[in-house]
Amino acid sequence: MEATPLSTSPTTQETCNCESVCFVGSEATLPADVALDCQVEKIYYGDFLAVRDSYVPIHKNQITGFIGPSGCGKSTVLKSINRMNDLIRGFRFEGKVHFHGMDIYDKSVDPVSVRRNIGMVFQQPNPFALSIYENVAFGLRLNRFKGDMDEQVEKALRGAAIWDEVKNKLKNNGLSLSGGQQQRLCIARAIATEPRVLLMDEPCSALDPIATRQIEELMIQLKEKYTVAIVTHNMQQAVRVADQTAFFAVDISSGGRTGYLVEMAPTKELFENPQQKLTKEYLHGDFS
Amino acid sequence: MTDNHCTLPTLVRQPFERRAFISYVLSAITILAAVAACIPLFSVLVMLIYRGGRRLSLEIFYALPPTAFESGGGFGNAIVGTLFMVGIAAAISIPFGILAAIYLAELNPHSKAAQIARFSAKTMTGLPSILAGVFAYATVVLTLGHYSAWAGGVALSLLMLPVVLLTAEQAIIMVPRPMKEAAYGMGCTPAQTMIKVTLPVAMPGIITGVVLAVARAAGETAPLLFTSLFSDYWLQANEPTASLAVLIYNYSGMPFENQIELAWTASLVLVVLVFVLNIISRAIGQRKK
Repeated sequence: MEATPLSTSPTTQETCNCESVCFVGSEATLPADVALDCQVEKIYYGDFLAVRDSYVPIHKNQITGFIGPSGCGKSTVLKSINRMNDLIRGFRFEGKVHFHGMDIYDKSVDPVSVRRNIGMVFQQPNPFALSIYENVAFGLRLNRFKGDMDEQVEKALRGAAIWDEVKNKLKNNGLSLSGGQQQRLCIARAIATEPRVLLMDEPCSALDPIATRQIEELMIQLKEKYTVAIVTHNMQQAVRVADQTAFFAVDISSGGRTGYLVEMAPTKELFENPQQKLTKEYLHGDFS
Repeated sequence: MTDNHCTLPTLVRQPFERRAFISYVLSAITILAAVAACIPLFSVLVMLIYRGGRRLSLEIFYALPPTAFESGGGFGNAIVGTLFMVGIAAAISIPFGILAAIYLAELNPHSKAAQIARFSAKTMTGLPSILAGVFAYATVVLTLGHYSAWAGGVALSLLMLPVVLLTAEQAIIMVPRPMKEAAYGMGCTPAQTMIKVTLPVAMPGIITGVVLAVARAAGETAPLLFTSLFSDYWLQANEPTASLAVLIYNYSGMPFENQIELAWTASLVLVVLVFVLNIISRAIGQRKK
């Protein structure tokens, strides 16, 4: 996949004036606190233009929330960040994702090693059909972890706030846990290898309110050590957990359904003083 | 609320009311059909136990077939022959079938090669088994210049391959996609995803397919008729080889009481073998839950 040069200006499309309002202005000074810089020009599935012109810097040790109506491409952008979309037929990415001094879409980059450094938690809890212990140890074994496996597994389970619930049944199958526990197990599995960035794709959408709350509290603890990006369908959740919020919307003007970034700002700022009319309407509940 | 009983429908069961009656009759027909479907299996089983059970003894498992007017004897060589040839067939078809299934299910499901392979496998499941025999005769028997257990095994493998391939493909496809995504998300290569996550989960389904294919191959006669032929002696892989199915075919047509009795007993042994394999495959299939 050849990334086209960034000079093709996105401002030619009149619907996107995000350039003037989002973080582009501070781009030059950013890198210090930006862990990962996601610059989407175009994302295609086959001929279908799914997302365009979305520049989303992910700040270090903060939670970046992606919100927006269904089909606005927020999940697509998130999954592009660790090249999960490569698994989908016809997926094509134009743009750059700067991470650790490299563009992860560069030809020389191995998507497998990208995914080992950028962890992912999915919408549906998806533990492996293995024991709780082996689920967490999975990534460590994959990376030929040399240290004390038991210790690292315990650390990850503690980090995911599930240790006390499972410490006496580490040999039980991961699938025997409740939905909320499974999701925390998946988080433990993802953080066991200590990735720099943790991506979460609507991690609470399959969970009840109590489990959701536990996961949210967990996310806030996690940002001390990790950089987190989360897609959520729930605006209140973004308010509760996200430091930065990116609002995506769907552009149907050209006949398709193309998602794009409307506005990105620190969460408080975005919700209290949205710069875009569309953001205001969405936050106000005029459409969803 | 006024009491107006006339307009209330009656809630009491009325078995002879038209709708209820039709429902009863239709239910009864389906029960009859279900029972009727069991009749062939049970009558065969009863017949086999009645006619074949009489000669069931340890002798039949270790003795060689009797000559024309001899009494006693058994078909130990045929049991060994069947197991050996099914073993060869399994050794050929299981690795090929599973590897092909991985390609069809996971690597490139929509490629031309995959579509052709899938179509061929589906056609092969309906292949008349005698044609598998003809093919093995033409390729193995004529090339080697003699009938052999190898040729029989090759013929049986042609029948097993499509069953193994198609059931393994289904089993791999059935592994939940989120689980595979989790593996990729952890940074597994496609091979690691397959070996560490997908195959272990698909294994019960794959084993079920393998056992069913083995059961089918064990009972086949036609592919062996002109590949392994028959033999009155113990297994020698490069010589004509006895098998239960061909023994039944040969002996049931003989004019000697002893041989006919042995054919019945061999049928019983074969059915029990297939039956046990089916139960095993069921047990494995249910464990996947």
